[in-house]
Amino acid sequence: MVDSEFLEELEAILIQADVGINTTERLLSGISERLKESRQREASDEEVVLRALKDEIVAVLGPPEPLRKAEEGPTVIMVVGVNGTGKTTTVGKLGHRFRAQGADVIFGATDTFRAAAIEQLEIWGERAGARVIRHEEGHDPAAVAYDTCQAAKARGADYVILDTAGRLHTHVNLMRELEKTKRVVGREIPGAPHEILLVLDATAGQNGLSQAKTFREAVDVTGIVLTKLDGTAKGGIVLAIRDSLEIPVKLIGIGEGIDDLRDFDPIEFADAIFYDLDA
Amino acid sequence: MFENLTQRLQETFRKLRGKGKLSEADVEEALREIRIALLEADVNFKVVRDFISNVKMRAVGSEVSASLTPGQQVIKIVNSELTELMGGRESKIRYAPKPPTVIMLVGLQGSGKTTTAAKLAYLFKKQGRKPLLVAADTWRPAAIKQLLVLGEKIGVEVFSAEEGEDPVEVASKGVDRGKFLGCDTVIVDTRGRLHVDDDLMAELGSMQKVIMPQEVLLVVDAMTGQDAVNVASSFDERLELSGVILTKLDGDARGGAALSTRAVTGKPIKFVGVGEKIDALEPFHPDRMASRILGMGDILSLIEKAEAAYDKDKAVELREKLKTAEFTLEDFQDQLEQMQKMGPLDEILRMIPGMSRIKGAADLQVDEHHLRQIEAIINSMTPEERRNPEIIDGSRRRRIARGSGVRVQDVNALLRQFNQVKGLLKQFGGGGKAKRRAMRKGIIPFLQ
Ligand SMILES: Nc1nc2c(ncn2[C@@H]2O[C@H](COP(=O)(O)OP(=O)(O)O)[C@@H](O)[C@H]2O)c(=O)[nH]1
Ligand SMILES: [Mg+2]
Repeated sequence: MVDSEFLEELEAILIQADVGINTTERLLSGISERLKESRQREASDEEVVLRALKDEIVAVLGPPEPLRKAEEGPTVIMVVGVNGTGKTTTVGKLGHRFRAQGADVIFGATDTFRAAAIEQLEIWGERAGARVIRHEEGHDPAAVAYDTCQAAKARGADYVILDTAGRLHTHVNLMRELEKTKRVVGREIPGAPHEILLVLDATAGQNGLSQAKTFREAVDVTGIVLTKLDGTAKGGIVLAIRDSLEIPVKLIGIGEGIDDLRDFDPIEFADAIFYDLDA
Repeated sequence: MFENLTQRLQETFRKLRGKGKLSEADVEEALREIRIALLEADVNFKVVRDFISNVKMRAVGSEVSASLTPGQQVIKIVNSELTELMGGRESKIRYAPKPPTVIMLVGLQGSGKTTTAAKLAYLFKKQGRKPLLVAADTWRPAAIKQLLVLGEKIGVEVFSAEEGEDPVEVASKGVDRGKFLGCDTVIVDTRGRLHVDDDLMAELGSMQKVIMPQEVLLVVDAMTGQDAVNVASSFDERLELSGVILTKLDGDARGGAALSTRAVTGKPIKFVGVGEKIDALEPFHPDRMASRILGMGDILSLIEKAEAAYDKDKAVELREKLKTAEFTLEDFQDQLEQMQKMGPLDEILRMIPGMSRIKGAADLQVDEHHLRQIEAIINSMTPEERRNPEIIDGSRRRRIARGSGVRVQDVNALLRQFNQVKGLLKQFGGGGKAKRRAMRKGIIPFLQ
């Protein structure tokens, strides 16, 4: 039998990875099931237990899910989230990725609220080689989204990526504004937006769950981009999010550079949580 | 309401018997809940562990105050301990004896430094000071432009250079510029960086050496989880922070990061950001933050109100009277007064733990207007009339109605209801069942 001290250590690691108490408890009771099934209950081997826990985490996260693509016409991706999580940077990185695949990409500067947000996106547009559709600061974001879709259709662009203003999910009117932008996009391009990516900061704690819940209610989030994994935060709240809301993590951000975007890999993610234990 | 109040008083007495001091079991039971609450609020795991063991030491064996249950008592101790932990030290800006006062804002990417820089400048300007903003984040695309736009909006000068220039040099020139312009406060916005990025952390160290700020403030996102301790302690080790600013508190994050940063650095939180608007910067209130983190605000205000309003002797007396059905209109008046000291009735109802789970409690409406009317009627009676309502004849009723501004029918109704309640109390010896029946029948008039 594995001593309870080791289990407590695992619990401590999970909680400090922002997994949250509920999910931590679920995971730990999940592995005792797993160990029973595999008849390794007597195993005194800590490695076996750790393996089981990592498997459990990978199972919760589900298999990697690629980004969706429109069957025909431009694929529209809306990038949403609370303030400062890395939305604009992610738009730049994503655009760069699609451009490298030879696609034609248009950015829509629908963050018309934050000072110099439009200029920031324009710089990313230059870096990535994407055209940026913009209005003036303070204009209606839905109108920018409309113009961006028009431009994409006219040009036969492959991708439209909309950078939206950061908003705390508790501000109801701002969430409505986001719904409106989404509706406009859907009217202009059938089936759009094809992806609504919630950008979540890996340093976020339990509030990440509340963010995911409210954004999903408002605009049906289709995936998560977990940013800032290049620091010491593990982003464990995505486990709770996947578990209770079934939103998959699709991409991760690992730096401020244009290349610092990766597909999400559940196995790597599980390993990273226990990195200090292994070391 | 009537039932709940008395029932609660009774419950208190029952629990109090033989429970003058908090036992280890009481404390442990309550602390289990507290631990979960703190972890859910994102207070760091180790900080929670230390905190819980401190509270335990303090709580076991301490006196339970007359108006509280042992559980409430523990929560009260936890709350005051939390408040103390986060308050104490002076949390004002340290101004330089010889201006300008230099303030450096540092932190992770996206924590809100640029917005906070502008908010601070606006606050200083409103206080009659002359601030200068320095755009030393020469790296993030359009960060300089962002500060320029904000500066223009609030009418504060911004010193800036080209993107890509050496930030230490920019900061240094900025401070010189501030001196030249006769500014008394210079706020330096810096690039967001990871606490594990050695080069960038060293860069901040050099900047600090050159501009010698009075304040180095770490800007922390209130939604930060467990990692807050790593961030805060790394920045503090490198720069000897003078304080912390907590941002984005207008969301629904419980803000455990506030406690975590405070616990590992010992540095005070000086301001909190509560919105995207330029004036959404407030001084930090340790007590409010403590109750937000604890997430038991309802119970806390109930504890406070119960302690403030509770009159122990009267409660004992009332209980005896209920038993013997010697309950008079005078006692009723006392009750109303006590309840009013505790605040709006439906608010109190909602605060009672477990109330929301009771069937039908949600649509329990307290008719405050009716309640005030009853009070006015009773107040218009003579003490004699209150003790012996039987003597209230027709002419007394008219006088009372005039005195309290109601119709005679209202006085009649109250007296009738009072007699019915009294009758029931007598019948059942003051037990809970009678009161419940009275409530169901709508006899106790202000509960519908
Ligand atoms: N270390 C790190 N920083 C990032 C990452 N993604 C974005 N950032 C930084 O986070 C800050 C906020 O990014 P931005 O894209 O403006 O966020 P937005 O407000 O959500 O649009 C910027 O300083 C970015 O450089 C990441 O994956 N790692
Ligand atoms: Mg942005």
